[in-house]
Amino acid sequence: MSVLALEGVRKSFGRLEVLRGVDLEVSEHEVVCLIGASGSGKSTLLRCVNLIEPVDAGRIVVRGEEVTRRGIDVDRVRRRIGIVFQAFNLFPHMSVLRNVTLAPRAVLGRGRAEAEAGARELLARFGLADKAGEYPDRLSGGQQQRVAIVRALAMEPELMLLDEVTSALDPELVAEVLEVIRELAAGGMTMLIATHEMGFARDIADRVCFLDGGVILEQGPPERIFTAPAEARTRQFLERIVAAGRM
Amino acid sequence: MASEGDRRAGPEVAGRRSKILGGGTDVRNVGIALASTVVFVALVAVAITHAPGWDEVQRTFFDWGQFADSLPEIARAFELNVKIFCIAEVFILAFALLLAVIRSLPGPVFFPLRALAIAYADFFRGVPTILVIAILGFGAPALALKGVPTSTTFWGIVALVLVYSAYVSEVYRAGIESVHPSQEAAARSLGLSRAQALRYVILPQAVRRVIPPLLNDFIGLQKDTALVGVLGAVEAFKQSDIDTSATFNYTPYLAAALLFVAITIPLARFTDWLVLRDRRRRQAAGVAA
Repeated sequence: MSVLALEGVRKSFGRLEVLRGVDLEVSEHEVVCLIGASGSGKSTLLRCVNLIEPVDAGRIVVRGEEVTRRGIDVDRVRRRIGIVFQAFNLFPHMSVLRNVTLAPRAVLGRGRAEAEAGARELLARFGLADKAGEYPDRLSGGQQQRVAIVRALAMEPELMLLDEVTSALDPELVAEVLEVIRELAAGGMTMLIATHEMGFARDIADRVCFLDGGVILEQGPPERIFTAPAEARTRQFLERIVAAGRM
Repeated sequence: MASEGDRRAGPEVAGRRSKILGGGTDVRNVGIALASTVVFVALVAVAITHAPGWDEVQRTFFDWGQFADSLPEIARAFELNVKIFCIAEVFILAFALLLAVIRSLPGPVFFPLRALAIAYADFFRGVPTILVIAILGFGAPALALKGVPTSTTFWGIVALVLVYSAYVSEVYRAGIESVHPSQEAAARSLGLSRAQALRYVILPQAVRRVIPPLLNDFIGLQKDTALVGVLGAVEAFKQSDIDTSATFNYTPYLAAALLFVAITIPLARFTDWLVLRDRRRRQAAGVAA
C-alpha cells in the first residue's frame, strides 16, 4: 500500500492556478524528488500534503485514509507527517533541546525525561550532541537545518516532506544537510523532497517527478529523467540547469 | 561577556570604560558635560529666583515647613496608590491578554467574539478615564444592591482595569501580529493544536517583544491611580488636597508629585534600558534573527 497518494489535486491562490490536477503516489521506503522551475508548485504541493494549505479539489490519501475530507482532525494527520522548511523555522525563544522535545511532550504526552532522552539520542546521531543547550541564533544555518530535521524526526513520522531544505544555506553548508538526508534514506525513511540540487536528486531519489505548469509532466527513475527525458519541457529545464552550472 | 556588568551600570558606563581603556578623552568628555550642566543649572536657577513674583511662588509652592509637615502623611496615603497599582496591574495583564487572544481568533465562527473585543477596545480607549471612574465609583455603590461592594477603592480599581486593559490588549495584539506566520506553521506542522501553538510558540515571543510598551502603560497606570482620589479614597493626591485646603498653601501638591515621580522615573529609565538592550541584541544576532 502506498504511504501517500494524491489524486487530481488542485490549488489556486486567487486567480493563480498553482496545482492543476496532480496525481502522485509514494510507496513505503521510497524517496521521491520533485524538481521544476521556481513557482512550479513544488512547495505548494508539500504544504497541501501537510494540510497547511487546503486543497481546492482532488484527494490526498495517507495510508488509505483520506485526509482532505471535511471534519478530519488535522493535528492527528500532521503528527504522522514531518515537514522541514526552507527557512528552518526553529523556535528562537527555545533551546535546541526544547525545540526538539516540545511536540513529543505537548502532542504525544511524553514525560520530560523520556522526551529529552529521545531528543539527545537523535541530536547525537546527527552530530549535534553538544548543541542541545544552545539557542538557534547561535547556530550556523546548516546546524539549524539539521536541528529542524531532528525536530521533525522526534515525532517519529511515517513520511517526511522536505521543502528546498538547502536553498537558504551558504554553499559550504549544503553538504552537511544533504548528508543527513542521505542517512535518513539509508534508514528507510519515506520521503517526498522538493529540491533544486539536481546532483543530489540523481543520487538519492528512487523516482524523480518533473513539475511543470501545475502538473507532473514526467516522472521516472533518475537515470532516465536526467539522461533521456521524454518531454521537451523537461529537456529545456535540465538544459537551463546545466547552463547555470547547477548540475 | 563583560558587557553584562557594563549594561547594568547605566550612566557610569562612560566613566568605567575610560578607566578600562586608560585613555583621557572619555574622562575629558565627562568633565565637560559635568561643567556645562553645572553652569546651565546655575543660570536657570538664578534666572528663576530673580524673576518678578518669585517670592510669591516660593511661598505658595516651595514652603519647606509645609513640605516637611505634609510629606509623612502623604507618603502614608501613597501606599494606597501603590496598592491600587499592583492589584490593577495583575488583572490588567491577564484580562488584556484574554482580549488580545480573542481578537486573534481566526474564522467566521468567532466573528461575534472578535467584534466584541474590538468594540471593547474602541470604547474604553475613547472614554476619559476619570468618567469611567466616576460612573463606577459613584454609580455602582449608589445602586445599593445586595452583594455589590461599596468600597470606592474597589470600584476605582475596577475602572482602571477596564480602561487600561483596552490599551494593553492593543499592545499584546501588536506583539502577536509581529510573530511571523511561519512560526505558527512550524508549530502546527508538528501536530500542535492552535491553542498549543499560541501558548508555547507565539505568545512567549510576542510578550517578550512588547515588554517596553507594556512598561510604558504601567507608568501611565501608576499616575492614573491618583484619579481614584476623586471618589474620596484617601490616596496621595486626595491627602495633599486635604492638606492644601486646610492651609491654602500648595506645597503638599508638590510633595505628592514628588512621590509619583520617584516611582515613574525609575520605571521610565528601566524601560529605556530594556529597549536599548533589545536593540543591541538584535544587532548582535544580525541576519540570524
